[in-house]
Amino acid sequence: MGFPMLVPFSPWCWLLLLVVLKCSEASSDLNKSTNSTAQHEPNVRFAAASSEADEKISVFALDYDYVQIPYEVTLWILLASLAKIGFHLYHRLPGLMPESCLLIIVGALVGAIIFGTDHKSPPVMDSSIYFLYLLPPIVLEGGYFMPTRPFFENIGSILWWAGLGALINAFGIGLSLYLICQIKAFGLTDVNLLQNLLFGSLISAVDPVAVLAVFEEARVNEPLYMMIFGEALLNDGISVVLYNILIAFTKMHKFEDIEPVDILAGCARFIIVGVGGVFFGIIFGFISAFITRFTQNISAIEPLIVFMFSYLSYLAAETLYLSGILAITACAVTMKKYVEENVSQTSYTTIKYFMKMLSSVSETLIFIFMGVSTIGKNHEWNWAFICFTLVFCQIWRAISVFALFYVSNQFRTFPFSIKDQCIIFYSGVRGAGSFSLAFLLPLSLFPRKKMFVTATLVVIYFTVFIQGITIGPLVRYLDVRKTNKKESINEELHIRLMDHLKAGIEDVCGQWSHYQVRDKFKKFDHRYLRKILTRKNQPKSSIVSLYKKLEMKQAIEMVETGILSSTAFSVPHQAQRIHGTKRLSPEDVESMRDILTHNMYQVRQRTLSYNKYNLKPQTSEKQAKEILIRRQNTLRESMRKGHSLPWGKPAGTKNIRYLSFPYGHPQPIRRDPKVADFTGDDSSDSELPSIMFKPYPRTGTLKKETQEIIPMKSFPRGGKPCHFGYPRNTSQEEHVGAGRREALRPKPLFHAVDEEFESGEESEEEASAGGSRWSAEHRPSKQYHRSHSPLLQRK
Amino acid sequence: LGSRASLLRLYHRFRALDRNKKGYLSRVDLQQIGALAVNPLGERIIDSFFPDGNLRVDFPGFVRVLAHFRPVDDDDSGMRDPKQPEPLNSRMNKLRFVFQLYDLDRDGKISRHEMLQVLRLMVGVQVTEEQLESITDRTVQEADEDGDGAVSFLEFTKSLEKMDIEQKMSIRILK
Repeated sequence: MGFPMLVPFSPWCWLLLLVVLKCSEASSDLNKSTNSTAQHEPNVRFAAASSEADEKISVFALDYDYVQIPYEVTLWILLASLAKIGFHLYHRLPGLMPESCLLIIVGALVGAIIFGTDHKSPPVMDSSIYFLYLLPPIVLEGGYFMPTRPFFENIGSILWWAGLGALINAFGIGLSLYLICQIKAFGLTDVNLLQNLLFGSLISAVDPVAVLAVFEEARVNEPLYMMIFGEALLNDGISVVLYNILIAFTKMHKFEDIEPVDILAGCARFIIVGVGGVFFGIIFGFISAFITRFTQNISAIEPLIVFMFSYLSYLAAETLYLSGILAITACAVTMKKYVEENVSQTSYTTIKYFMKMLSSVSETLIFIFMGVSTIGKNHEWNWAFICFTLVFCQIWRAISVFALFYVSNQFRTFPFSIKDQCIIFYSGVRGAGSFSLAFLLPLSLFPRKKMFVTATLVVIYFTVFIQGITIGPLVRYLDVRKTNKKESINEELHIRLMDHLKAGIEDVCGQWSHYQVRDKFKKFDHRYLRKILTRKNQPKSSIVSLYKKLEMKQAIEMVETGILSSTAFSVPHQAQRIHGTKRLSPEDVESMRDILTHNMYQVRQRTLSYNKYNLKPQTSEKQAKEILIRRQNTLRESMRKGHSLPWGKPAGTKNIRYLSFPYGHPQPIRRDPKVADFTGDDSSDSELPSIMFKPYPRTGTLKKETQEIIPMKSFPRGGKPCHFGYPRNTSQEEHVGAGRREALRPKPLFHAVDEEFESGEESEEEASAGGSRWSAEHRPSKQYHRSHSPLLQRK
Repeated sequence: LGSRASLLRLYHRFRALDRNKKGYLSRVDLQQIGALAVNPLGERIIDSFFPDGNLRVDFPGFVRVLAHFRPVDDDDSGMRDPKQPEPLNSRMNKLRFVFQLYDLDRDGKISRHEMLQVLRLMVGVQVTEEQLESITDRTVQEADEDGDGAVSFLEFTKSLEKMDIEQKMSIRILK
């Protein structure tokens, strides 16, 4: 069966699979026995029970019917999860094939078990279950995790490509298949045009995001990424809309005559359905954002509000026969920005994880249904239809890709290369969507439904396995990297340095876009929308406590991993040992290369990495923390020594700079929306620094610096006017100020430094054993608390 | 120094970074780019905008640094007037830019210590000091030809001659 493919799974996974097998066999046996003696069986049981009850109460009984449905569904989901664990344990697999492959295999396995044990699979997917319960979470997750800024930058191309591409594919495939059906030799003449068009529309629903994980390492540039994402997002919606319209057509016209009026009505309906859905979604998004403004005291219901409103937008749109998918997508996109600001950190995490969980459960179930129907008796195999379907799918996708991109390239500032277009063409992998639509075809209107289902299954299997597995090597091949020769250690280091440099400079350049439209929207947003939809007076104390908590935790971690040992930042060797020619064996070089590859920091991913099946923020967070902590330490070390700072900056700037880190620090994932806000924000909170600002006695500097820890959000504005209090008009005065600061440096800086790490300082101080420092430390901590409270009172 | 459209965008970016509308950027402005804070080379990148110990950079200076990263146009490489100074995005100048990131004391050589510092910045915390030192030794040894224990600019360029520097150090939006 599918067992040879399960080889990479770890042994304990095997064991669990066997256990599950046994369970379902046992249950099926039980069912068989109950089913075979159908009607009188329950009676007999009851009779037995009651007769037994006459004598005594049965101590141990088994009632499987009661729990059958939830039990089996849970088992399937659990099986899929175990398979995923096994999949990721063997770490090279996710790069080889998309996770949909895995899910399909699991589905086929379950289908085989059910078929083999002749079990009546209880929950059969029908139209309402799919459209009401299984589809919304998948679409919601896609909409929520979509990166908004690149989406709107490329929205013209995305709409053009996704919308027209879906239409071209659907009609192209439908029409070509209709022509094939006319040929008498294949025995398909009873399939009429409408049915072919419908089939074309459902087979053109692609799910290219599933393959994104495969070529994640190859640096896919941002517009290409957005194209693929946008296509996946909009494609489902468009094909479902088309599907519904065509089904309506099929119901209306049992005969072959379709009037032009109806076609026009169909087109108008298409547009109205699409636009109306988006409109509904936006309204619901705003409502939910508004409501989250008031939930600060009951943050436990925040995820609930988010989910319920999204689901409500879907249902409301569906009531009016508008496109629920587009509604829920628009709702997620609108809601995301404001909700993220309003909602507490834990709710934010909950929402993300819960969304992923829901969507992966849905998809798993769909794939299991798919597996069940693969291994079953409801197939009709027609060679001509199936082969031509496959062929036409590829041909029409190629045509639509190259034609549409040729046109849209004329209007883009950064046109897509042929290489990009090939990647887009090849990523046309079908997924759960097309299977569901095929499965839900009404049998009354489609006498040859089985053939359609078979053809859909073949296309899905083909694209997912063959295209999914080969797209990785293809992309790497197209990426034209000179990785065939081994680079020397020298080169590796320099290459990585240059990558970091490039990423850094790109960050300095910022994001560019059609800034006029974006600026206008930002102004509108800032002036009106934000005031309505986001909370006033973001509580600063939660941020402070979060920061303190994190600092302490990291300081503890760092001591434990030995970073804080002073030898890590030792003074430069006085005598540079000239090593001369120390012959290193090739193994040494290899091990060095190994060390470098595993330990060098990754370059910041400018291209957003989206993984459909899990959230992976961990490595970059850890890396960011390490870099920040190390930098804080280096600067503190150098200041403590009192000699000139490595890069000759005025000392005061360093202090402020520490404070800027934690802003990005506690919430690295959430950083991006906030960084975007930085550049646009007016200094609305500048009163804070001016209150704190006191020109200069030593204690004055202390107070300033302590207080600046707290208002992190307003910090950047705080940084400016408090730039140590001297007029910045002439650089000479700056130098004077710096000179003054140099004079002040030995003592206040001790305090300044101690204050900032007040919480984490306790453990760090022990490591560096500054006995004399304790007294110095206690004084500023008092001041810290003193200054802490006035600010809190200000709230 | 770039097309008009990209200059305009750079100017807008400059203005956006310059929060108090001072007309120039100081270190603090650049430090507030959140993404640079988590770049291991963030500090050094910021420093490269302030050559010769200046404390502020005006717009021409800003553009001058970024001009190093313009993609190289293939068409005009052959027909340059040799008397004019090399454009900032030539291979040599790109390499010079990278060299200055290593060479902090500007003595024209990357000493072993400077290489060690860079390596330390770029590597995670699990690597021990001895491993770092041996990697540094190997790096210097590979590039160093005259045996002085340091890598001069020429040696640096030579060790990277096989690499496609133009492509690595080009940012396409700066075109």
